[in-house]
Amino acid sequence: MADSYDRPLPVRQPESDFYWERAKAHELWLRHCNACGQTYFYPRDICPHCFSRDVEWRQASGRGTLHAFGIVHRGPTPAFREHVPYVVALVDLEEGPRMPTNLVGVEPDAEHVHVGMALEVTFDDVTDEITLPKFRPAG
Amino acid sequence: MAPLSKSAAIVGVAESDEIGNVPGKSALQLHAEAAYNALEDAGLSKADVDGLFTAGYSTYDTGEYLGITPRYTDSTTVGGSSFVIHVGHAVAAIAAGMCEVALITHGQAGRSARARVERDPNLPTLQYESPYGIIGPPIAYSMAASRYMHRYGEDRTRQAFAEIAVATRKWATLNPKAMMREPLSFDDYHDSRWISYPFHLLDCCLVTDAGAAVVVTSAERARSLPKEPVWVLGAAEHHDHASISQMPDLTLTPAHVTGPAALAMAGVTHGDIDLTMIYDSFTYTVLVTLESLGYCGPGEGPDFVADQRTAPGGGFPLNTSGGGLSYTHPGMYGIFLVVEAVRQLRGEAGDRQVQNVGLSLVNGTGGALSSTGTVVLGVG
Repeated sequence: MADSYDRPLPVRQPESDFYWERAKAHELWLRHCNACGQTYFYPRDICPHCFSRDVEWRQASGRGTLHAFGIVHRGPTPAFREHVPYVVALVDLEEGPRMPTNLVGVEPDAEHVHVGMALEVTFDDVTDEITLPKFRPAG
Repeated sequence: MAPLSKSAAIVGVAESDEIGNVPGKSALQLHAEAAYNALEDAGLSKADVDGLFTAGYSTYDTGEYLGITPRYTDSTTVGGSSFVIHVGHAVAAIAAGMCEVALITHGQAGRSARARVERDPNLPTLQYESPYGIIGPPIAYSMAASRYMHRYGEDRTRQAFAEIAVATRKWATLNPKAMMREPLSFDDYHDSRWISYPFHLLDCCLVTDAGAAVVVTSAERARSLPKEPVWVLGAAEHHDHASISQMPDLTLTPAHVTGPAALAMAGVTHGDIDLTMIYDSFTYTVLVTLESLGYCGPGEGPDFVADQRTAPGGGFPLNTSGGGLSYTHPGMYGIFLVVEAVRQLRGEAGDRQVQNVGLSLVNGTGGALSSTGTVVLGVG
């Protein structure tokens, strides 16, 4: 896996180091604003809703529902062309925010993928340094 | 009407010498040809230009290449809607006395460029979406379309996509500059291969090489020029996200702000519009934009476009150039909407001319359904 991984990897940022570190430990953590009470994705040190700096990290349950999806048959770059079809997804997390991901553990066709289906997080250790949170049908 | 309404006019529009598959020209060459042709169309010279507007490149790049040293400069880049937004910016700058002759240019070798631009990996889209293969407009927009289908019905949405693809191609068969001029059947649409479900190939716009330019000037200057001025009656701009995962509602674009605002500025309503030009990056973009602009209610788009209503001879002329789906689409397409609206308003649209076009609404969309610019244009 590690050496042969050929798809784009996230370039971690100071404000997201914690997010990616916890992902390596197979945990999903989100930013939560103590001022307005909203939990949001992606991590930012100032709340995008109320602009408060009073924010903290909270571990997510990992449960969510499928908000929208696409089944990619034509890879957007050469690296992805070897991996089609794959399912891209937007997941509504139980805590409120919506995050982009892949839906795995399901046949990549419209017979098996449905908006509203219950999902749970799973972790894909794509390299030694990067783990991508992905989602699968809730078991 | 608001104070800036009808304070400036579009007086020149043009494409580059060739559009479509143009392997022999760079993007900046396409800018330059379009600028040359649009100034000629306006009856103005390069020396008259004192405001320069470009998206994608910085205006200092296009300024240097064209030999223009403007006193007003605007490189606003918010995707394919940028050029429609530039029209509004030009109106404001002219009214403020910051410039008098505004040149908006675009050129892209979307098909034939010898090198591709790498995007900044610090952007959230690249950090959180690209690793999942959520890259580029077809995938982002297909996800939005899946949400629409879930909400308003898969079969009727699919039929609407087919209606739009087929109707738009009918317009393209009437445009000698269109890349795709072979008639398209409903079966052709449904049989085309998947790109990113729910999008077939024929839900997606072309990728071409093309340039276009637009010249805007003051009311006084416009009246002194040979062609009839096309007045900018209303203009509005908005964006509410960049990444598709951050879009507040996948079934409502920023046009829900810019449509009503541009119409209000012009002092007209939807029923007054004779020709509508909507950025058709995808069939879905048309459907969701018609609703967002307020031509019909949420989920009513499939009924609105049914029975080839937007085709030649239909009750609602839409994207008469053949659109991004069948005419041209170099990557950022919004300026071509303005070019076609002006030609229709002037009566210069040849075989595809719609009769008695007095008012046109143009809506550009950019990014991942992220930004919109709407203008209302009129003659008389």
